[in-house]
Amino acid sequence: MAADVQATTLGLDHRKLAMWTFLGSEFLFFGAFVSAYLLYITTTAGGPGVEIFDIPFTSISSFVLLMSSLTMVLAHNAHAHGDLRRMRLWILATAGQGAVFLGGQVYEFTTFYNEGLNMTQSPFASSFFVLTGFHGLHVFVGILMLLSLYALSLTGKVKANQDVKTEMIGLYWHFVDIIWVVIFTVVYLIPEIAVL
Amino acid sequence: MSTSSETKPLRPAQETGLLSWLGTTDHKRIGVMYFFTTLVFFALGGAESGLLRAQLAQAEQNLLTEEIYNQVFTMHGITMVFLVIMPLSAAFFNYLIPLMIGARDVAFPRLNAFSYWVYLFGGIFLYSSFLLGGAPNGSWVGYAPLASDSVSNMGFYAIGLQILGISSLAAAVNFIVTILNMRAPGMTFMRMPVFVWMALVTNFLLLFAIPVIAVALFMLQFDTLFGAQFFQPGSGGDPILYQHLFWLFGHPEVYIMILPAMGIVSEILPVASKKPLFGYAAVVFAGAAIGFIGFGVWAHHMFTSAIGPVARSAFALSTMFIAVPTGIKIFNWVFTMWGGKLKFTTPMLFSIGFVSMFTIGGLSGVTHAIVPHNAQQHDTYYVVAHFHYVLFGGALFGLIAGIYFWFPKVTGKMMSEKLGKLHFWTWLLGFNLTFGPMHMSGLLGQPRRTAVLPGELGSTVELYNLLSTAGVVVLTGSALVFLYNLLHSIKRGEESGLDPWDARTLEWLTASPPKHHNFDKIPTVTHRDEFWHRKYAEDESGMPISVPAGASEDHDGEDDPDEHIHMPDNSLWPFIMCIAFLPFGYGLVFLNPWLFGLGVLWMVVGYFGWIVEPLAEGDDDDVPDDVHDRPTVGATTH
Ligand code: HEM
Ligand SMILES: [Cu+2]
Repeated sequence: MAADVQATTLGLDHRKLAMWTFLGSEFLFFGAFVSAYLLYITTTAGGPGVEIFDIPFTSISSFVLLMSSLTMVLAHNAHAHGDLRRMRLWILATAGQGAVFLGGQVYEFTTFYNEGLNMTQSPFASSFFVLTGFHGLHVFVGILMLLSLYALSLTGKVKANQDVKTEMIGLYWHFVDIIWVVIFTVVYLIPEIAVL
Repeated sequence: MSTSSETKPLRPAQETGLLSWLGTTDHKRIGVMYFFTTLVFFALGGAESGLLRAQLAQAEQNLLTEEIYNQVFTMHGITMVFLVIMPLSAAFFNYLIPLMIGARDVAFPRLNAFSYWVYLFGGIFLYSSFLLGGAPNGSWVGYAPLASDSVSNMGFYAIGLQILGISSLAAAVNFIVTILNMRAPGMTFMRMPVFVWMALVTNFLLLFAIPVIAVALFMLQFDTLFGAQFFQPGSGGDPILYQHLFWLFGHPEVYIMILPAMGIVSEILPVASKKPLFGYAAVVFAGAAIGFIGFGVWAHHMFTSAIGPVARSAFALSTMFIAVPTGIKIFNWVFTMWGGKLKFTTPMLFSIGFVSMFTIGGLSGVTHAIVPHNAQQHDTYYVVAHFHYVLFGGALFGLIAGIYFWFPKVTGKMMSEKLGKLHFWTWLLGFNLTFGPMHMSGLLGQPRRTAVLPGELGSTVELYNLLSTAGVVVLTGSALVFLYNLLHSIKRGEESGLDPWDARTLEWLTASPPKHHNFDKIPTVTHRDEFWHRKYAEDESGMPISVPAGASEDHDGEDDPDEHIHMPDNSLWPFIMCIAFLPFGYGLVFLNPWLFGLGVLWMVVGYFGWIVEPLAEGDDDDVPDDVHDRPTVGATTH
């Protein structure tokens, strides 16, 4: 751990406390979208519904995203040991897996579109696309942060003793993953099982 | 690092002039900027209300077209809620929280500047809609599907509020971290001033309420701009969902607007009564309880919508229940004054005005909670009377009390008491003249949000409306008195000295106006009402007696050559970055990918400028050689 230069009242770094606070807010953000989705799950206006999901495909991309949490932990671990070179490697791996996940989402959206599901079609479609789309946006922002961490560690702006920076981005990244676990279960799996 | 003053500054360091304001990260300056900006928006919102009242002065008048009337009342509501009351509270948070908890700044000074600039540009964005095809016209609640209708201008609403939400969210995170993590040694939770407590609760409410309205607004925006179907009944969408989401935010929002004022009044009443706050713990607990229950009453705004009898009963109960902690506070304020040596200064008058007017508003609120009653009142002027008694008679009176009370802290001068009292009495008169009759006209059936006062309601209702309009004239005169007093006192007010009110809390321990770094030495806190305890001891019978002079000021430190106080540098990046919200917002409203792209790009560039900006004081996690001399609690460096 980097030394905390200034003691804080709670003994927790300001930035970490801020990230936790912010993520608390994000839970409600996704919570509201998931609730809307559940409300509209059968409101398909005659168009495709949950049966359109391709569970095996989404399972694989979900798996990739989950694994990226592991590499994120490894990146922070390397940074905590002051090993910037290995940290960068794991950061790239994490960002790469995030990109694979996003690619999967783009593919999935186009497939659905071709099969006749688009955002303007029904409340079900709107809530599906907007919910998963906002999750994808969060992944995208995460990738940007990872890449800037990578770049800044090369320029020396992020130093070997500043692992709190990696830890912060890690917190965000794990959060995005956890939200996906919820989305995958509630949006894809349970309805699919219920339909079968 | 101690060398930073000798080497060329790495970040802008102006202390005067325009750049010093654009780049400031000082919580006090940011507070002052918030304050003056809200004055401008208050003038705009006030002018709009003047138009509304002119139109309604007589039945069947047509000064404004219906379309303009809709735009004006919508902008009036949005302005007062999001551009006046909330940011005025934020002005107090900014200025006072660090001073009251004994810190040198907030946890994230640049993020703090960011919050301000987002607010400013968000406000400009909303107001620019008047020139760009028409202002929002679907009321401050923006109910769908009306709001996503092709005749509505609600795109600006959906995106403008979203931008303002970003400002509030960033500020909420900042203040929560500041309060939790930057208290002076000894400042335990139960020693925090009540204002700081209410600020903490308010910011938690913001933290959890803003994401919900963000979702509602995104859905609205997707419906309005991209043809999504969230609230379109034609394809099975449910307009009630919008109402639920909006009020799940909206009711906590009313507490977001009132709790800071309650905190202010809880500071002023003890000072002006020369007694500690009656039942500190109860006031704090009631504030926190309001925070929790506030999330469980939202559907009382929807009693006349299709929510079913079970929901109606449940929400009627919870709504009546929330009046309990509110009532507790009112009793505590009254008992604080009871038996005190009351001094009727202007801040005290406004505080008493707050307690009494807010009580009236709270009582009419309880009548709304009775479902059959509500069916009669909903969407009439009776509701308009209710929320003006809580927001104007409550929140605004409390905030104005705060302006008078802390003016000497900010400027080192006093506002004129004579003009202050004139302001108070005319304000009270004008307020009651404007909004009192609305109870009556509402119960007689006058509908809300209706451009033309129907003549068939009869001459009694017409008389009430004329009185209301007359009230606005009084209020306008009163506001001018206030404005004159404010500006004149800034220039020529009497010197206030360090402790003009015989105050109780830490902010009065330091100079007025405070130095950039607030405290030379961070005080160690041993009591609730720390400053008071440094001034007074108690004799055997418990009466306060003054401690011999000298104990109260904060003037060690300066002659301690070893102490280096590191204040955050100025930064222009928050300002530069926030300009991006204009092209970003216009790009969305007008579906122009180029503008939108420009906004995003600008934001990303600003973000990188921000994070790579050098830190003159040394990097956050570096261990400087002088670490032992550093204050244990102070501003962080980013
Ligand atoms: C004693 C506590 C309170 C109770 C029981 C209460 C109850 C209610 C109810 C039931 C309504 C819905 C009326 C209708 O539209 O039919 C309402 C409306 C409203 N209340 Fe309160 N209220 C309370 C305190 C407050 C406070 C403290 C504020 C703000 C500072 C506030 C602001 C509002 C606003 C702005 C509306 C109107 C919303 C709109 O339709 O535009 N209320 N209140
Ligand atoms: Cu309410």
